[in-house]
Amino acid sequence: MSTPKLQLVGIKKRLRGRQVLDGVDIDVAPGKSLVIIGGSGVGKSVTLKCALGLMKPDAGQVLVDGADVTRMPQEIRARVMRKFGMLFQGGALFDSLAIWENIAFRLLYADGVSRKDARERAIEAMRKVRLTPDFADVRPVELSGGMQKRAGLARAIIAKPDILFFDEPTTGLDPITADAINDLIIDMVKDLGCAAVSITHDMASARKIADEIAMLYAGKIVWRGPASSIDSSGNAMVDQFVAGRADGPIQAVV
Amino acid sequence: MINPFAPVGRVVIGVLAEIGRFAAFVGRAVAACFAPPIFVGQFWRQCAQVGYFSLPVIGLTAVFIGAALALNIYVGGARFNAEQFVPNIVVLGITRELGPVLAGLMLAGRVSAGIAAEIGTMRVTEQIDAMTTLSTDPFRFLVAPRVLAATLCLPLLVAVADIIGVMGGYLVAVNSLHFNGAIYLRNTFQFMEPQDIILGLTKAAVFGFIIATVGSYQGYNSQGGALGVGRATTNAVVGSIVLILAVNYLITAFFVE
Repeated sequence: MSTPKLQLVGIKKRLRGRQVLDGVDIDVAPGKSLVIIGGSGVGKSVTLKCALGLMKPDAGQVLVDGADVTRMPQEIRARVMRKFGMLFQGGALFDSLAIWENIAFRLLYADGVSRKDARERAIEAMRKVRLTPDFADVRPVELSGGMQKRAGLARAIIAKPDILFFDEPTTGLDPITADAINDLIIDMVKDLGCAAVSITHDMASARKIADEIAMLYAGKIVWRGPASSIDSSGNAMVDQFVAGRADGPIQAVV
Repeated sequence: MINPFAPVGRVVIGVLAEIGRFAAFVGRAVAACFAPPIFVGQFWRQCAQVGYFSLPVIGLTAVFIGAALALNIYVGGARFNAEQFVPNIVVLGITRELGPVLAGLMLAGRVSAGIAAEIGTMRVTEQIDAMTTLSTDPFRFLVAPRVLAATLCLPLLVAVADIIGVMGGYLVAVNSLHFNGAIYLRNTFQFMEPQDIILGLTKAAVFGFIIATVGSYQGYNSQGGALGVGRATTNAVVGSIVLILAVNYLITAFFVE
């Protein structure tokens, strides 16, 4: 069996007195797409932040290509970041920069690529995510939510990462735009041959982009299996979540 | 039984913890100022924001303070038949105290609040996290250029404020108090010593550092959406002003002794 591209082993994290993650174990192989589902506030974003190194876990390990990167010094960790691409929930585009500068940010400020070359590559990335180059010089605020997601996706893929992370990629989008974003994610993961980890509570999105689905509840992965078996998981919590029922083992927090 | 000292202890521990966090932040910010890569474009952009665009507010403040100072010293001096000391005291007051302190206070409102709001918004909209995932250290890209720009630009702004403030006093003295213009200027330059200028510019550099670090610290650690950014902005202004006034006393005392 090949070494997983990304592996989280026994990740624990306590925030504001609450045990958010209580031993999360996941792994994803090259070329595979893992989607983590779960209700609001169960720690999906915290899991992603621990994997990315934006948050230090209290216990456990994050392995990238088999190497433990959990407690690496920041300078060395920055090099590991070059293997990652991330699409944030709200896009997280830099307000003060034009769209092409946002997309080419890593090339301009981390890799020292010239502005001319960076712009060319940014426009190429825009075409890949079906964003017309006419928008290259506008500011993020002038784009719709769907276009901002596309720009965020272009920024995530421009440096050809080994692992792509998606944080609620379809939240806040209409069903047609959401489906278009899902198609783009599938295409990008296939094109780059990278591993993908997504978190979402949008089941339509999860079914479409996932090879495997894992469900996070009470700080632990309570079920994991192929996306095709999500409707016959045999797990009451997964069944309740997929069906979207208020009654069941998972208590809704309102 | 409730321990009456517990709330006091909690407050003291909270304050000490905040001081510790701020000190660690300042240490990281200073290290980022001298460690490559230096983002020169960002530095010049901040110089324009902090320095160039602050010139109108600094100039207006200085001219009115210089003019009011001349009038007050004239009235006070008249009680001792010492009206002729107006130019001497105006230049001393402006260069040693009012120029740097008022410039610092004005920029605490304009610049420190702006830095806290901008970085705070970037924090709550995950732009700072995004920057980290793009292999760029936010301390080097966001904090260091602001700290360097404010520390270097504030002395320049204060130098301008000194000149405009003295000219404000000159205009009032010559036009309203019937001083001879040539004698006023001669007294001003004869009385002024290099130490007065050095003290004022030293204060300005320290105040610039305080304004940028407090604004960045509050913005960087803001959380909780618009409310959190608003709180960070308020804290940046209040924190900068209090620190400027306290440090002003310490620097003045150091130079006087």
